[in-house]
Amino acid sequence: MTMPFYVSPEQVMQDKAEYARKGIARGKSSVTLEYDAGVLLMAENPSSLSKIGEIYDRIAFAGVGKFSEFDQLRKLGVRYADTRGYAYSRDDVRAKGLANAYSQAMGEVFTRELKPLEVEVIVAEVGDDTLAGHERNAIYRVQFDGSISDHKGFCVIGGAAEELGSLLRSEYRDGLPLKEALLLGYRALQRAADREPNVTADNIEVCLLERHRAGRKFRRLDTDTLREHLGT
Amino acid sequence: MPISFGGRYQGSSFSELLGIDHAQLVPDWGRLCPVGLDLEGVPHGTTVLAFKYADGVIVAGDRLATEGHRVASRDLEKVLATDDYSLIAIAGAAGPALEMARLMRIELEHYEKIEGERLELDGKANRLSQMVRANLPAAMQGLVVVPVFAGYDLRRRQGRLWKFDVTGGRYEETEYEATGSGGLYARESLKKSYDASAPREAGLRAAIQALADAADEDRATGGVDLERGIYPIVNFCTASGIERAGDEEIDRIYREILSTRRRVPARGGRR
Repeated sequence: MTMPFYVSPEQVMQDKAEYARKGIARGKSSVTLEYDAGVLLMAENPSSLSKIGEIYDRIAFAGVGKFSEFDQLRKLGVRYADTRGYAYSRDDVRAKGLANAYSQAMGEVFTRELKPLEVEVIVAEVGDDTLAGHERNAIYRVQFDGSISDHKGFCVIGGAAEELGSLLRSEYRDGLPLKEALLLGYRALQRAADREPNVTADNIEVCLLERHRAGRKFRRLDTDTLREHLGT
Repeated sequence: MPISFGGRYQGSSFSELLGIDHAQLVPDWGRLCPVGLDLEGVPHGTTVLAFKYADGVIVAGDRLATEGHRVASRDLEKVLATDDYSLIAIAGAAGPALEMARLMRIELEHYEKIEGERLELDGKANRLSQMVRANLPAAMQGLVVVPVFAGYDLRRRQGRLWKFDVTGGRYEETEYEATGSGGLYARESLKKSYDASAPREAGLRAAIQALADAADEDRATGGVDLERGIYPIVNFCTASGIERAGDEEIDRIYREILSTRRRVPARGGRR
């Protein structure tokens, strides 16, 4: 009969974290940027399966890593938001609450399950000038172990997050117009894909949360509109 | 590996999600409303109508809600957009009807966000019929909700409309439909003015005329309230979305209709 080896909890956590990081590093990256009239979400994505999605009136979601896992998270977010909006009011649905719920659920999986989630997600919220106290944008990043952080200006998740982060840190400034923000995000994604430099308007996914739009502020840019903006 | 916030439901329907994971939020009047409730004290919506015209479909309704013989509200909105291309017009017990319209709107948005695609117009009508059916126990106790559903079918490129009965029966109408306490009179009016190829202006006139006719015969229907400046809701639903007619436009057409109907005092009047 074989005896199970003793493995220290530190070792277990380290192994899981390493496993998750490797999984995420294999995938592509996603960038979220604030611009002068809203929040811009971009992801390198050659497939027709979306990595970015609408959660609620002012909230959007972006995920990287394993599709089946972050898509489950996206759907959970939609269910959370719609239920909350139905029980209270549409203005009571906030990104912070959702990011916290993600953090709880992802942390739970990380500690309890053998296999950790191989995903990172962003929850972005655009401000609304007509609601006093809700004018500011918010960007939250939740990692595979449930650790949560909030970001000003921009946030990068996915395989080449470090590298993209340094590019954006040096080139991002507040109040960029949409066109410039799009170009900056586009260049960042191109740099991330250095190994296979074929990022074009055809294989990136771009969504906006537009501050001035009434009601549901989420909009997906089609390839033609995107080409127009990028001038390609 | 299931990731969850504590819920079990995995599908795309918001009303099912409520039923399975948030049962306390499900509006279930059948259970809540004891038999023998004085329904006179519950506001009721009155006349709504829908009909096809050249560009799609027109959905309209008056603004009055009544509690028995009293006015409950003079400016209730009984025609509501359920998404960018469909509308629900409600008559009957106002509370459950408005809640059904609200649920329907969330249902469609929820499906669109979960699935990444909109339901077809037929699918939307079918969903609504299931909601009306779920309200049957409440309807048996008097809280009847009978909506008219209309929209622009982007696949078939035409306006379409449905009426419902309390059992959830769903009947597609080819021309026009009106329901509520003044529905009969509105239908009689539409029967004479209906023209499938009517342009916008003629369609608007037919809608206002039908509501004015209903208000004339049915005391519970509001019609146009010139005194307070409360106008009926008239919505146009076409390939480019939903557009609501402005109050000035309705005012102008209503006054034209009035001027053709006004008579010089005769018979029995003082000379």
